[in-house]
Amino acid sequence: MTETPAVNDIGRRRFYLTFIYGLWGLMTAALAAPALVYLLLPPKVRGGTEWVDAGEVSPLQPKIPVERVFRKNRIDGWKITSENETAWVVKFPDQKIVAFGPQCTHLGCAYHWDEGTSEFLCPCHSSVFSLDGAVVSGPAPRALDRYDVKVENGKLLLGELRESDGKNA
Amino acid sequence: MRWRDRVIFWLDHRTGVETAIRNFLYEDIPASSGWHQVFGSVALFLFLVQTFTGALLAFNYAPTPGDAYNSLRYIMAEVTAGRLMRGLHHWGASMMIVVVVLHMTQAFLYGAYKKPREATWIAGVFLLLLTLAYGLTGYLLPWDNRAYWGTVVTTAIAAKAPIVGPYLVRLLGGQGNIGVVTFARFYGLHVLLLPPATTLLIAVHVYLVRKHGVAPKLGDETQPSKKFFPRQAFHDTVAIFIAFVILFVMAAAVRVPLERLADPTDTTYVPRPEWYFLFLFQTLRLFEGPLEIIGSVVLPAMAILALILVPFIDRGRLQKVTQRTFAAAVVGLAAIGWTGLTLAAIHTTPKPLIPVEIDFSQPTDWLQLSPVEMAGIGYFREENCISCHTVGTGKPTIGPDLAGTAIHKSGAWMIQHFKHPAAMVPGSPMPAIQLSDAQLNTLAAFLLKLNPRNAEALQSAPEFAVAGALLYQKNQCGVCHAANGIGGKLGPPLNGLRRRRSQVWIEKHFRDPQALSRGSMMPAYKFSASEMQDIVAYLFVLPDE
Repeated sequence: MTETPAVNDIGRRRFYLTFIYGLWGLMTAALAAPALVYLLLPPKVRGGTEWVDAGEVSPLQPKIPVERVFRKNRIDGWKITSENETAWVVKFPDQKIVAFGPQCTHLGCAYHWDEGTSEFLCPCHSSVFSLDGAVVSGPAPRALDRYDVKVENGKLLLGELRESDGKNA
Repeated sequence: MRWRDRVIFWLDHRTGVETAIRNFLYEDIPASSGWHQVFGSVALFLFLVQTFTGALLAFNYAPTPGDAYNSLRYIMAEVTAGRLMRGLHHWGASMMIVVVVLHMTQAFLYGAYKKPREATWIAGVFLLLLTLAYGLTGYLLPWDNRAYWGTVVTTAIAAKAPIVGPYLVRLLGGQGNIGVVTFARFYGLHVLLLPPATTLLIAVHVYLVRKHGVAPKLGDETQPSKKFFPRQAFHDTVAIFIAFVILFVMAAAVRVPLERLADPTDTTYVPRPEWYFLFLFQTLRLFEGPLEIIGSVVLPAMAILALILVPFIDRGRLQKVTQRTFAAAVVGLAAIGWTGLTLAAIHTTPKPLIPVEIDFSQPTDWLQLSPVEMAGIGYFREENCISCHTVGTGKPTIGPDLAGTAIHKSGAWMIQHFKHPAAMVPGSPMPAIQLSDAQLNTLAAFLLKLNPRNAEALQSAPEFAVAGALLYQKNQCGVCHAANGIGGKLGPPLNGLRRRRSQVWIEKHFRDPQALSRGSMMPAYKFSASEMQDIVAYLFVLPDE
């Protein structure tokens, strides 16, 4: 028996195809969109900065950087770990206090303060930063990162570490 | 040739993929095929959804008892669309059971298992068992009380099997206690062993369906056969779409339970299996003592054997569905039996001690608040502070953000500010709050506790707990009792009361303390029924410490 598709049949076939492609398209989108959001959007962070105590302000001498170690809670997915963090704290003659993140902005090595040259030196690729964190020489792409800083009752409180923009402090 | 056709031609010539798809879609099916044969496709689709959502969940899930619960809470509370993903996986599992059973019922009613399709049917029975195995192993993975205690019961049943029982339990790692070993094995089964086994068996099942063709109805032999595509494909797609919409709506709208963290020392917990295992659970109760083995092993084993043997028991010729009265009677009886057992199981489940459920998939920081601070939430809500203030999030409004630490002055300052807003903050348009000093003190205690990190979590404190804490404050329970470390030492501390006393005992004790604790100095309290419920529920949700 041979079937000759009537006009009616062609219309019905088109109707079927439209529905098949349409519904599968809809379902794929309804699954793919939440999946992408699930994987790509950063998880909700419970708002607000935690200010952590980084020691007394009074021992700080003008223009002499001090390495301060403090404990900070790091939110790591479903875990909150308390870990040691360090900051290079500098008091300027105008009483302003700046706290630098402890990593070189080039590749993340720990830099140190060189008393001879009065500059921060990175041992990895010889990046050099001035007292105010600006890039003096070397491959570092931007100035040292800084913590948010505030002083309350003689205590130095550090907030979020913010990425610097540009080579100058 | 057009460019697109050339690509397809090249691909087909090298791989044969187009021909394969074409052969698959243009399969011959009996003229009678239609809506009644969509369930297999729906089941396959649901399996794919489970695989997909399961893999996504695994990206944010830590499969150890130490971390599982917290990572699941993380998925639900913090990962965007995480709640939806878990919802899809959870309800998808239930739905898969339903659809697989519908698929089998259809095949059974139509006699689709008859020669030469016996092997197809048997592969299907094993697929049903695999589906149930997913349910069993997946149940443990949230590692909440429900999961833990459900699995304790399951492994205890497995242990009762004659001869193999002890070995089976050892294999499941659950000798004596459910712990890290059992967890690792259930997870391993759930994600490493069962999926490839299912995939293989589905392949065999589908291959057999193709080999023998879709089961025909009586009279199909005189009709010209049809093609699967597009008419039957359309039927399958519509059925899949309906199933998908139901699943999606459930995942988005129905709360997936997450109870408190698994607690092996919790003696008050009443374990219950997932709804599709309730009938087995109830069957088990019908047999006691030495007969228990009938309910736990003999009957289930016989039921599975009977399912496997169906094609060999019924070897008659194909009949019309309407004439298969015996098959219909079997299905009817099975449905009645299943429903009866399930309802009996639900009916005999004791009401939980805490009359209200806490949603542990939300932040539950409010559990740590002292009664004063918790009651403060009550006044905060009563006075509708939120109409002028934000708390941590939202658009700035008339008043300052109450979660900002800058506005946190001393309690005395805040009380003065509540009474005379403009006197403390010149120009403040805030109306004075008409509450007693004690009540204002309560409100201040809560506001001082707020910070941007906990604001949202504290505000999610459920109504019953706030109402309970208000009663607690009004009746000055804290003068003699401590809750969450705050309060007097004259009476016993109230944390952990849930473990020590029943709800009935506590209600009785409120009405007449001396009747139950001789020499108690506690006065009697006359609470209304709803007050009693709130205060008892509040006392019961205090952390155990």
